[in-house]
Amino acid sequence: MQLGLQSCETCHLVSRPAPGDEEGRCPRCDEALDFRKPASLQRTTAYVLAAAICYVPANLLPVLTTTTAAGAESDTILQGVVLLWSPTGWPLSLIVLVASIMIPVGKIVALAYLLLTVRRGSIESNAQRVRLYRMVRFIGRWSMVDVFVDTFTAALVQLQPLMSVEPGPGLFFFAAVVVLTMLGVETFDPRLIWDAASAREVRHA
Amino acid sequence: MARRRSRKRLLGVLSRVYNQPLRDDSLIACPDCDLLQRLPELSPGASARCPRCDRELWRRREDSLNRTLALTFAAAFLYVVANAVPMLGLSVVGHQASTTVLGGVQQLWGNGQQVVAVLVLFAAVVAPALQIGFLLLIVLGVQRDPPPRWVGELLRHHPMTRIWSMIEVMLIGVLVALVKIADYATVIPGVALFALGGLVFLLAAMQASFDPREVWDRVEWAAAARDGTAEVPS
Repeated sequence: MQLGLQSCETCHLVSRPAPGDEEGRCPRCDEALDFRKPASLQRTTAYVLAAAICYVPANLLPVLTTTTAAGAESDTILQGVVLLWSPTGWPLSLIVLVASIMIPVGKIVALAYLLLTVRRGSIESNAQRVRLYRMVRFIGRWSMVDVFVDTFTAALVQLQPLMSVEPGPGLFFFAAVVVLTMLGVETFDPRLIWDAASAREVRHA
Repeated sequence: MARRRSRKRLLGVLSRVYNQPLRDDSLIACPDCDLLQRLPELSPGASARCPRCDRELWRRREDSLNRTLALTFAAAFLYVVANAVPMLGLSVVGHQASTTVLGGVQQLWGNGQQVVAVLVLFAAVVAPALQIGFLLLIVLGVQRDPPPRWVGELLRHHPMTRIWSMIEVMLIGVLVALVKIADYATVIPGVALFALGGLVFLLAAMQASFDPREVWDRVEWAAAARDGTAEVPS
């Protein structure tokens, strides 16, 4: 960026923008080019806030409703984890606990931390912060597990009038958290982590 | 400011202003930290990492196109099987039920969860199909001389299909559902479940053997295709 060169995010070709026009396209792959992802901090902040808001109903509302002859019973995500917990089923319970509770919270907290430090112009532990970002990007998709669990549980257990399972309203909010955090990861530009330090070097030089 | 910017961007899209390529095409800026550096020549199997942030910049694969083609064909076959036959069956006191991947989506839609149904359909069915289909067309198209223009266009959109294709996540989800239900009914794993298991490995192997840099080196440049004015370093 300091050299006035733009790097294509899609095909990684480095090219020089036409003078006075910094919004050209990549000559190789036709992608619209920028020095940094446009409005990265604002967009990611918006996605993280929306995800944090959706996280509340996602955990308070039931994701599954089981109807048997004895009556109907609704479970939230956390209750689903507790129900799975048994001497033989605990590994799966652990998977759901990690994927549905720890990963979404971790993603929101990690992105908020990255946003705050970039806004503050922090120059510390850049390598660790970019590693954190890569980790969030890599494991983020796994929080979809619970959506699939509930989908196929509900699809299979349709034994009217004996027993049936239906997805509850919490599932929508939980899916929203997953999608919003994934979008937040995509709009965040990790190169911003390094910009404060680069700017300082230029000032000293 | 933002509006002026977006209008300028729109003009740029309409008029197609292209950047000038550099003479030296071994230059690369790290996608994660923007450090400008030169990619070394690599022997097959070797990889180059960014010295500042440790991001893998390029891994040269051995016989990338042929291996990717073979793995993609196999993945396409398993994908069809995984979606065509039942995935899970269940029997309890004389009642029988079974479902496919699409059956799960349908049930969700019928229960008033249309938004989630569309998301599951996209992540479990549409995105994997695009991921496999795009890659198949890319590796087939790039072997023609010269490669057709659409090869670059497909390769440009391929990473997006990869992000949202969640077969491996779905498989774990299905296994958890299976164990959950096994408490009160007999669950019968279907053929599709095994196909999905194979598909997870094939998709990973397919991506691992694919070297996008090799394809980018061969495609016709967008700027050259559009007006023929931009010089392409050879």
